[in-house]
Amino acid sequence: MLGPVIAGLYGTVLPAFGHLPAAGLTGPTLDPFRSLFDWGGLGAAVRLSVTTGVLATGLSLLIVSFIVAGWSGTRSFRVLERLLSPLLSVPHAAAAFGLAFLIVPSGWLARMTSPWLTGWDRPPDVLIVQDPLGLAMVAGLVVKEVPFLLLMMIAAMGQAQPRRSLLVAQALGYGRVTGWLKTVFPRVYAQIRLPVYVVIGYSMSVVDVAVILGPSTPPTLSVQIVKWMSDPDLAMRLTGAAAALLQFALVVGVLVAWWLGERVVAALGRRWIASGRRGQTDTPGRVLGLWFGALSALSILLGLASLLVWSFAARWTFPNVLPDGFTLRSWDRHGPSAIATMGETFVIAGAAVGLALVLVLGCLEAEHRGGRQFGQRGLLLLYLPLLVPQTAFLPGLQTMLLSIGADMGQMPVVFAHLVFVLPYVFLSLGDPWRSWDARNATVAQALGASPWRVFWAVRLPMLTRPVLTALAVGVAVSVGQYLATLLIGGGRVSTLTTEAVALSSGGDRRAIGVYGLLQTLAALVPFTVALIVPTILWRNRRGLHD
Amino acid sequence: MKYLALMAALAAPSAVLANPDPADWDAVLAEADGQTVFWNAWGGSTTTNDFIAWVGERVAEDYGVILEHVKLTDTADAVTRVLSEKQAGEDDDGAIDMIWINGANFAAMKDADLLFGPFAEQLPNWAVVDVDGKTVQTDFTVPVEGYEAPWAMAQVVFVHNTDTMPDTLGSMDELLDWAQANPGRFSYPQPPDFLGSTFLKQVLVDIIEDPAVLQEAATDETYDDVVAPLWAYLDALTPHLWRSGQAYPATGTAMFPLINDGELDLSISFSPGAASTAIANFELPETVRTFVLDKGTIGNASFVAIPYNSGSAAGAMVVANFLMSPEAQARAQDPNILGYGTVLDMAKLSEDERAAFDALELGIATLSPAELGTVQAEPHPSWMTRVTDDWVERYGTGQ
Repeated sequence: MLGPVIAGLYGTVLPAFGHLPAAGLTGPTLDPFRSLFDWGGLGAAVRLSVTTGVLATGLSLLIVSFIVAGWSGTRSFRVLERLLSPLLSVPHAAAAFGLAFLIVPSGWLARMTSPWLTGWDRPPDVLIVQDPLGLAMVAGLVVKEVPFLLLMMIAAMGQAQPRRSLLVAQALGYGRVTGWLKTVFPRVYAQIRLPVYVVIGYSMSVVDVAVILGPSTPPTLSVQIVKWMSDPDLAMRLTGAAAALLQFALVVGVLVAWWLGERVVAALGRRWIASGRRGQTDTPGRVLGLWFGALSALSILLGLASLLVWSFAARWTFPNVLPDGFTLRSWDRHGPSAIATMGETFVIAGAAVGLALVLVLGCLEAEHRGGRQFGQRGLLLLYLPLLVPQTAFLPGLQTMLLSIGADMGQMPVVFAHLVFVLPYVFLSLGDPWRSWDARNATVAQALGASPWRVFWAVRLPMLTRPVLTALAVGVAVSVGQYLATLLIGGGRVSTLTTEAVALSSGGDRRAIGVYGLLQTLAALVPFTVALIVPTILWRNRRGLHD
Repeated sequence: MKYLALMAALAAPSAVLANPDPADWDAVLAEADGQTVFWNAWGGSTTTNDFIAWVGERVAEDYGVILEHVKLTDTADAVTRVLSEKQAGEDDDGAIDMIWINGANFAAMKDADLLFGPFAEQLPNWAVVDVDGKTVQTDFTVPVEGYEAPWAMAQVVFVHNTDTMPDTLGSMDELLDWAQANPGRFSYPQPPDFLGSTFLKQVLVDIIEDPAVLQEAATDETYDDVVAPLWAYLDALTPHLWRSGQAYPATGTAMFPLINDGELDLSISFSPGAASTAIANFELPETVRTFVLDKGTIGNASFVAIPYNSGSAAGAMVVANFLMSPEAQARAQDPNILGYGTVLDMAKLSEDERAAFDALELGIATLSPAELGTVQAEPHPSWMTRVTDDWVERYGTGQ
């Protein structure tokens, strides 16, 4: 999967130095960088990319750590976990739309408190979304990254054996949070480091969330790159390519800075641990963690609810909490074409995820039979497409596909999706696949079964649930792809996500409601299937799994 | 303007002869049957999307042409696409068969020989188009010469909520006074959005002494002096805009919910019927009305053009011709559907065809053709390009 990333980066580097033979331009020259540095918004755009990315990642990590530290093993934790895990599959764009409907000055929160509390009979003229600091955008990223990091952390906890460490710490008089932070966190963090890096790279270069919630005077660097890439003036493409390289360098720089930050925190942390102080932060940490966790879950759920209400709304005036009337008209108008688009979305997702599953299963099975483990380096290779900012290599990939005349239609889009789907399917399936008890295979082979029969008749059925979950994760990733569909599809391929983001510029909240809901549904249905099917399959052989 | 120079350099001597030949309409119809036409058109407006879907149904029924709407966020994307295809040597079957286009994008494509044609004036329905009364043969002062077919007339109108802003305004200077007295209640879409750039031109046309200078291409000598009053005007206006000018709505339709919520009292639209349509769709309150300025407002025609490398030019011509038909035009003018002005000459229609237009209720917020008053000519596209670029430098980068 490195091929497309490297090809794409190559296709970005050449034009960044003024080399685009297709346009009759040959380099090398530094003009693209000159015109990039001439752009008045560059400073603000770069600052925005860095601050939103770092802030969103840091906040998400902080919230997740306090939730896990303060509550793992409790009933509230299980409730929160169950609440947050399906939210992982809610596409970023839908979550961002929902959040926007909640927090704008005329949004649900203002309506619920007006005019009795606020005295507003008209929405106040305050800048909430599109704020120049990008805080609304950070909020939109945090609500989506908290579920992701939480699940990653829960998965990592299994191997860190937190219970015993915590017991010892508590026996020594440490509070729950302090004890966890001092004994468990260092081990857990080592395991979720790559996912954290993915969150940094993603948050710094995201396009769809930035278009919906981010500022526009100027926009973030990634949004500006997409603008330059679609400018009719081809010279702007060179500027865009130069900016894409800058974006890449920014992400690398921030990752290095973060890595250095880890050393600093580790050094300070060791001193803190060794100091033996029992800490006073337990209760506030616990409470804040739970509050923020619940808040991020609630804001997605409320946001989705507001999409639902808008999709059925007739006239709806401020400050009424509910529409003045309900109508099916929006569904009549947009439903049929939205459902047709949903079909295309599923065709692309199905093809990409099917391919990914075949590759991942083949890889895991080869690993099993060959007795070799995928090392840390292999893991890094797998993560690389997720770490490299999409805006840095997708435009280059598009230019490259165009020059060989293969940029149209669904197939290239499927392959572009595969680049992002494959790592997630692998990550989701790898651990359960490896932790399967190999003695089952030994028994089956002793009974005369061939390796393939073991695979089809024993291993796959026993691992139905993780396989289906991996499929669901893959579908959710594919459904949420915006830039890969938009750029590689050349406009001819539309999915629910590209349609929804295109609608966002028109501001028709009813249509956005319809598309946003269906987009969420498209990502959620496979998860439901992954939950229900194994239960039905195993209703008379409950012992087959685990 | 290296961009125009670049395009000129690319304009290889590939003299495009219209093939298939629109004069032989029967042959065009025969060839069109079964073709798929990818129409790249801005996709942000749900009413337009619905209308295009209806056109698709009708041309499939009558001519066997399959119409696919490729929804753009920016028409420039389609121009880029054709340009990239030309560079990549894709000369026979590009991704785009038809583009909703006008103004600078048309000028750029025509200049670079990226268009199929001339075809528009050979289409059968050209006979009923109002050639004298409407600006269908020039597009932002650039001669059309049959390289694009008109399908809708647009004119700037101001949309106001009479509940909170009962009075209309007569000029851009009055608008400035009003905005200073009512801070935060007006905004315009962020340029380079089409309507946002149009607002800038509307200001320019209204406040300068002699707008005739805008009909000539902007030159380095004239530009700064002519445009100076615009920047002075915007410097005075911006602090009193919605969100103090720190954020702008993305498009014209994105301002409707803001009016509906009571955030804005006033906005602009390029479609005289759009407000009535939006009221019918619950997107605007029933108290909304429209007005134009005393000196009139800018108007232009929307066109469709066919890229030189379309593999379905016959099908695209059939669609373009259908768009100019009395049936499609009457539907487009219906405020419950689209509310776009027609390009047809009522005097050239049969009585039945005219009856369909007469039967239309224009809608409570739509001005009659008489009330719309003088249509002011679009400035030469070079003004819009420069003004937009400078706007982005001045107000779009947070400096």
